[in-house]
Amino acid sequence: MSGQPTEAVDIGIPQMPAPDYPAEVRERLERDAREIIGRYPDSRSALLPLLHLVQAEEGYVTATGQRFCAEMLDLSTAEVNGVATFYTMYRRKPSGDYQVGVCTNTLCAVMGGDAIHERLRDHLGVGDGETTPDGKVTLEHVECNAACDFAPVVMVNWEFFDNQTPESACALVDDLRAGRQVAPTRGAPLCTFQETARILAGFPDERRDAVDASGSAGPASLAGLRLAKGETPPGPGVVSPRSAAADEEGE
Amino acid sequence: MTVAADNGGASRRDDDARHAAEKLLHPVLSAHWDEPDSYSLDAYRRHEGYAAVPKALAMDPDDLIAYVKEAGLRGRGGAGFPTGMKWQFIPQGDGKPHYLVVNADESEPGTCKDIPLLFANPHALIEGIIIACHAIRSAHAFIYLRGEVVPVLRRLHEAVREAYAAGFLGKDALGPGKDLELTVHAGAGAYICGEETALLDSLEGRRGQPRLRPPFPAVAGLYACPTVVNNVESIASVPALVLHGKDWFRSMGSEKSPGFTLYSLSGHVARPGQYEGPLGLTLRQLLEMSGGMRPGHRLKFWTPGGSSTPMLTDEHLDVPLDYEGVGEAGSMLGTKALQCFDETTCVVRAVTRWTEFYAHESCGKCTPCREGTYWLVQLLRDIDAGKAHAADLEKIADIADNINGKSFCALGDGAAAPIASSLKFFREEYEAHLCGRGCPFDPAKSTAWADKPNSAHLEVNA
Repeated sequence: MSGQPTEAVDIGIPQMPAPDYPAEVRERLERDAREIIGRYPDSRSALLPLLHLVQAEEGYVTATGQRFCAEMLDLSTAEVNGVATFYTMYRRKPSGDYQVGVCTNTLCAVMGGDAIHERLRDHLGVGDGETTPDGKVTLEHVECNAACDFAPVVMVNWEFFDNQTPESACALVDDLRAGRQVAPTRGAPLCTFQETARILAGFPDERRDAVDASGSAGPASLAGLRLAKGETPPGPGVVSPRSAAADEEGE
Repeated sequence: MTVAADNGGASRRDDDARHAAEKLLHPVLSAHWDEPDSYSLDAYRRHEGYAAVPKALAMDPDDLIAYVKEAGLRGRGGAGFPTGMKWQFIPQGDGKPHYLVVNADESEPGTCKDIPLLFANPHALIEGIIIACHAIRSAHAFIYLRGEVVPVLRRLHEAVREAYAAGFLGKDALGPGKDLELTVHAGAGAYICGEETALLDSLEGRRGQPRLRPPFPAVAGLYACPTVVNNVESIASVPALVLHGKDWFRSMGSEKSPGFTLYSLSGHVARPGQYEGPLGLTLRQLLEMSGGMRPGHRLKFWTPGGSSTPMLTDEHLDVPLDYEGVGEAGSMLGTKALQCFDETTCVVRAVTRWTEFYAHESCGKCTPCREGTYWLVQLLRDIDAGKAHAADLEKIADIADNINGKSFCALGDGAAAPIASSLKFFREEYEAHLCGRGCPFDPAKSTAWADKPNSAHLEVNA
C-alpha cells in the first residue's frame, strides 16, 4: 500500500518523548520545583515531592509530569517511572476530585470496614479503584492508616473520617457528589485531591484556620489522659476478660 | 454475663478502676493533649516545652549520649534498640555531614501512636530533634512522614515554621556557628519505607527497598553519610528525659525496659484509645481501667505490637508489656499496638487479611518474601473459602517457616508471625474451615455496630 499513510497500532506504549507542559505552566512549576530541590543536600531527594507536585497539577502522574521530574533532576524518564510506579499514592490514570479510601486492613475490616466498602460499591455503582461518572468520587480500599482506635476509618483525600458506619459513609459520598462542604473528624475542611497533593509536595496549606480545624486531638486519643486525670468513669463496668470467660464457660 | 453495671459492686469497682488508672497511668507526651491548642508552640511552652534545650546544649555531646544511654531509653518503633547506643555508633571527627532521620512512616497494622502524637504535640518531636542533633553533631534533620496523613503534615509544617521563627531551628540553633535545618518530607504510600534502610533509599528519591547491611546507617546512611534513624516516640521522649533526669525516667518501667510509653488499645474494647504509662503494664490492667472488652464479649486474641508481632490470647493477659516480658511470652513488644479481637472474630479471616497486606507491601527485592507472601494469600483464601485440605495447613506453616528469618528484611518475619502464632493457638479453627465447610463465623457480629439497637438491617458479606 505504498503512498497510503500507515495506521498506527496502539500497543499501549506511551508516545516518546512525552509532550512538555505549556510554557507558562512549565515556568510556574519550575519555580516550585527549585524551591523543593533547595530543601535537600542532594537533588534526587526531591523526586517524591516533585511527583506529588506534578500530581497536583494534573490530578495524576502523567508522562509529561514524569518528563518534567526527569529534566529537573537530571534523571532518565525510566528512573522516574520506576519510582512513580512503586508508591501507591501516585495515580496512573485520571481519577475523581475526592478519593474515598475505606480501610480494609484486618482491624478496620472486622470492625465494619468490609461492610462499608461493600455498601459504598453498591451505593456508588462503582468497583474498587473506579470513579463515579460525574468525576467526583474515586472509591478505594486502603491499608492501615494509623487510626485503629477510631475504627472503622474512611479517608477522604487523606483526611480522617473516624468511627464510620455504612450509613455515615453513604451520606458522606452523597455530600461530596452534591458539592456540599464536608468536614472530617480529624483534619481540615476538604480540599480537592489536587490541592491536597500540593500540600504533600511540601507547600503548607494556605487556608486560614486549616491547622486549627477539628481541635487538638480526637476523643480516643484522650481516653487515657482523661482516665489518668480522673475526669471520666472507668468505662461501663465490665468485669475483667479472664473472669468473664471463666463465668461463661464455667471453668 | 460480662456486664456488671447493674449490680451492687459496680460503683466500688468503678472507684477501684479509677484509682488504678490514676496510679498506673503517667501521661508525659500526652499530658496536655486536652488543651484546645495543644499542638501550638505557645501551648508547648506553657508545659515546659523547649526547657530541655538549654540544658542539653550545655552538655558535651558525648556526655549527652552517655546520659541517654544510662537512662536506658530504648527504641519505641518496634525493635527496642537502645537509643543512646544508636547515637554512639556515629563516628566522630570523620569530616562528613551527619544526619538525623525521624521515622514517622507509621504503617504497621494496628499501630496508631505516632500519628496522634504528632497531631496533638508535634513540638515534642522537634525539641527532641534539636537535642539529638546536638548529641550526634548533625546540622540537618529530616522527618519522613507517611504521606497518607495530611492533617498531621499540616501541623508539622506549622510547628516547624513556628520553631524556625522562634529561633529553635535555623541559624545558630545549636549554639554560635552551629545551624540546624529541619526538612519535613512526605512519603507516597509504601509500608516498607518504615524499614530504616528502605526509608533512606526512599528519602534519596528511589524505590523504597531495603539495603544490604553492613554497612549500617550509622556508618553509611543517608547520602552514604553517618545517619541515625529513630522512631518519632523515641525522639519525642528525649526532652522529658533530659529535663526531669534519668533517675525520674528510671523510676518508671523495669531495669531493662525503663521509662514511659504510649499504649494503643483498639478493636473490640469498651474504650479504644491512647494510654500513656510506664513500660511493663499488662493488658489486664489496661483493660480493667478502661472498661474491658465491649459489653457481653470476651477477649479471643490480641497483638502486643502490631500485626508483625506473634498474636497472643487471654492466657497472656498478665504478661508485662515490656521488651523482656513480651519476648518471654513468645512475641515482641513491637509498637504496643494492642489490637484486641473478641470471640466473634474469625482468626482465619484476620490472618488472611494481614497476609494480603504483606503480599501487597512486599517490595519484591527478595524471593522468599515476594513469592512466599503471594502463595500464602492463595492458600489462605482457599482455606477461608472451605476449598482447602489438611495438607494445606502444613503447607502454609512450611511457607511461613521459609520466609521467617530467610528474607532480606523484617517484613518477611512480620508476614510469617500471624500465621505461625495463629496455627499454634487456633489450629482447630483452621481445621473447621477445611473440606468444604468454609467460615463458621458471621462477620456482621464483629462490627462496631453489631450490638447496637436497630442494626439488624445492616448486612455484611465479608
